[in-house]
Amino acid sequence: MSYEDWYRQDRLPHIYCAGCGNGTIINCTLEAIDEMGWKKEETVFVSGIGCSSRAPGYIVTDSLHTTHGRALPFATGVKMSRPEFHVVVFTGDGDLAAIGGNHFIHACRRNIDLTVVCMNNQIYGMTGGQGSPTTPLGALSTTTPFGSAEPAFDLCELAIAAGANYVSRWTSYHVKELTKAVKKGMETPGLSFIEAMVQCPTNYGRRNKFKQVLDQVEYIRSHSMMRQKYLQLMEQGGAVPDNTIVVGEFINRARPAMGVPR
Amino acid sequence: MRHEIRFSGFGGQGIILSAVIIGRAAVMYDSKYAVQTQVYGPEARGGASMSAVIIDDEPILFPKVTMPDIYVIMSQEGFEKYGASAPEGAVMILDSTLVHSRPACTFIEVPATQEAREKLGRDIVANIVMLGALVAATHVVSETAIEKAILDSVPKGTEKLNLSAMSRGFELIKERGTSS
Amino acid sequence: MQGNIACAEGALAAGCRFFGGYPITPSTEIAEHMAVKLPKLSGTFIQMEDEIASMASIIGASWTGKRAMTATSGPGFSLMMENIGFAVMTETPCVVVNIQRGGPSTGQPTMAAAGDMMQCRFGSHGDYSVIALCPSSVQEMYELTVKAFNLADRFRVPVFLMADEIIGHMRERIIVPDTVEHHERKSLQPGVLPFHPDDDQVPGFPEFGKGFGVHVTGLTHDERGYPCATNPKLHEQLVMRLYNKVEQARKEIADYEVTNPDAELVFVTYGSPARSVEQVLHDTPGKKIGHLRLKMVWPFPEHAIREFHDAARFIIPELNLGQIAREFDRHTSVPVVSVPKLGGELHLPSELKKLIGVNE
Repeated sequence: MSYEDWYRQDRLPHIYCAGCGNGTIINCTLEAIDEMGWKKEETVFVSGIGCSSRAPGYIVTDSLHTTHGRALPFATGVKMSRPEFHVVVFTGDGDLAAIGGNHFIHACRRNIDLTVVCMNNQIYGMTGGQGSPTTPLGALSTTTPFGSAEPAFDLCELAIAAGANYVSRWTSYHVKELTKAVKKGMETPGLSFIEAMVQCPTNYGRRNKFKQVLDQVEYIRSHSMMRQKYLQLMEQGGAVPDNTIVVGEFINRARPAMGVPR
Repeated sequence: MRHEIRFSGFGGQGIILSAVIIGRAAVMYDSKYAVQTQVYGPEARGGASMSAVIIDDEPILFPKVTMPDIYVIMSQEGFEKYGASAPEGAVMILDSTLVHSRPACTFIEVPATQEAREKLGRDIVANIVMLGALVAATHVVSETAIEKAILDSVPKGTEKLNLSAMSRGFELIKERGTSS
Repeated sequence: MQGNIACAEGALAAGCRFFGGYPITPSTEIAEHMAVKLPKLSGTFIQMEDEIASMASIIGASWTGKRAMTATSGPGFSLMMENIGFAVMTETPCVVVNIQRGGPSTGQPTMAAAGDMMQCRFGSHGDYSVIALCPSSVQEMYELTVKAFNLADRFRVPVFLMADEIIGHMRERIIVPDTVEHHERKSLQPGVLPFHPDDDQVPGFPEFGKGFGVHVTGLTHDERGYPCATNPKLHEQLVMRLYNKVEQARKEIADYEVTNPDAELVFVTYGSPARSVEQVLHDTPGKKIGHLRLKMVWPFPEHAIREFHDAARFIIPELNLGQIAREFDRHTSVPVVSVPKLGGELHLPSELKKLIGVNE
């Protein structure tokens, strides 16, 4: 078996734009699942609305493509009702952090045994590039035409504060690390949150001076900093460069969890 | 025969529980019909609370009390809000420890809170004293039925206390009957 | 037994094994009772963060093959609307109990109303049809909850138990049956596309975990379940099927009681005002008064009107400004008199008697 066996071949081609980072994240997630040796009939994908949330439709297992922001409570119903199922949630920054923010907090607090993979492209891609809660200060979007004036959300810190057992952040550049992180999340009982920074060439890159797809991927790569290094820098009072993307494992703990199969 | 009983007092006295117990006695142990309803606001304690029971030999169609023939009143505020307008033909059993006014209708004074506090050591059972008095005075349900319904409804370990309260209620009416 | 407890007991007897809810007066006793009882039956009770999440959780649970329910009142019902539409579009069986209170907004949390009758029918966006039941006794809180689960599984739609605060909080005698009717959810046959309907327009249910590999989406989808949101013909076919599978079965679904079908003067009720009218009929044995008591309001049982062949006037007391009277009026040329009542109290029998010229 390989990750390719998990794709619903008759649904291809997909709707993602050329150069989109989402496909990479889906591949990494399916690769992790393949390594876990999960059975297809025991695996359920759940998503909300947005580009990232279209992912379950391309996968052969049972899946719920739900309403905007609500993937986590739907997944909670599935998992609490059948803990033996492996439930993976695909979501995006708008879906998870804006309209679904409260569900995110409470799913982390309950620490429900789900794997949540968030494709953070810092924009509402599907609806044409509006600002999201993770759009960086100053970044351009159709609803922040003069640069975003709102500070952005750090979703990993939020997940930690709310109680998730496993939290890590990687990017579409770090495929090996991301795959490992997703797998580790799947192995950890309780809620695992893996944030994947992705490029959106059509609606983010185009407006924010990334002429080519690779320009944005290179930007993501060059601005990534390992969490250990970041923490060291902070401790020493060193200057952290602007727009740094802190990557790596943020937390791996064993708070009491719900929906863990007995 | 349809009886409409209105209970009122302040929140925390067990006004709703009293109505539930007497309804239960009628339905479960006297094979009658009963409907219990209530009016409640946001307060869990204090305020004027009201509950009502209809007891009938036939199925009860309209479930709300419109013209009570029996009142059980356990606070001054309850009297003013739900008892003062009692029609002449009604009977009111009032806790004379806490209710200072007296209605135009027939009334029976039962010092339930004082009795509960002094004779039984717990004023929390004043409502059960009132229930005993209500049954002894009006016979809306039988004495054995109210006893069983009380036992069904009170917390474990308090059965003896509550049955003493009920008996005290019976006695207060019977003593009164022989003295007048 | 209290109405709300009877509802919870009916749900448990019907095999409900998942409850996701959020506390709200005057429905909370249902959640509290489920919280005590479900764990003992290996079921799941979960208090969600809001009613949006509650509705989502029961849909998720339903796809794993469980009978699932939530209970709420006006403000929570409003929050559920989006995911009710999702349940309609994805044909997810589920039961939503609404113990109606006075609205709009926070309104009268502890008082009765029936102001959500149109909301339950039309509250989510788009065209669709649902089933709504209206109990008028504690006994019916039990019986109609059981029925709601059977109908939800039969038609794969959200089914609403539209009760009100009076019935929810009232305590009265109830006879709990030893067994209740149980209609199994029809399973998808192997080799059949997951959203291919049978002759009754309802597809078999592809339960999660059985190897069907079904994709469930709120987008317009083809019989494979795949999104296909820009094909006008496909969308029309899907919406018409979702609508017709309920509307064309209205006679099968209908549940009402007819008293004195040859009367000229006919009361029409659902929910607690039925009790006022029953009292009027009881108190005026010499006068021939008809009574159509609807236990099911949606899909609207318009054929029931024809049972009263001599009707000269329909009188419809409701705890709203005439929501069902207006619907009723659409289906008859006989004059319809709406008797609205707001404020949380029931129509008094004396008021209704006065209205029909009976002096007490």
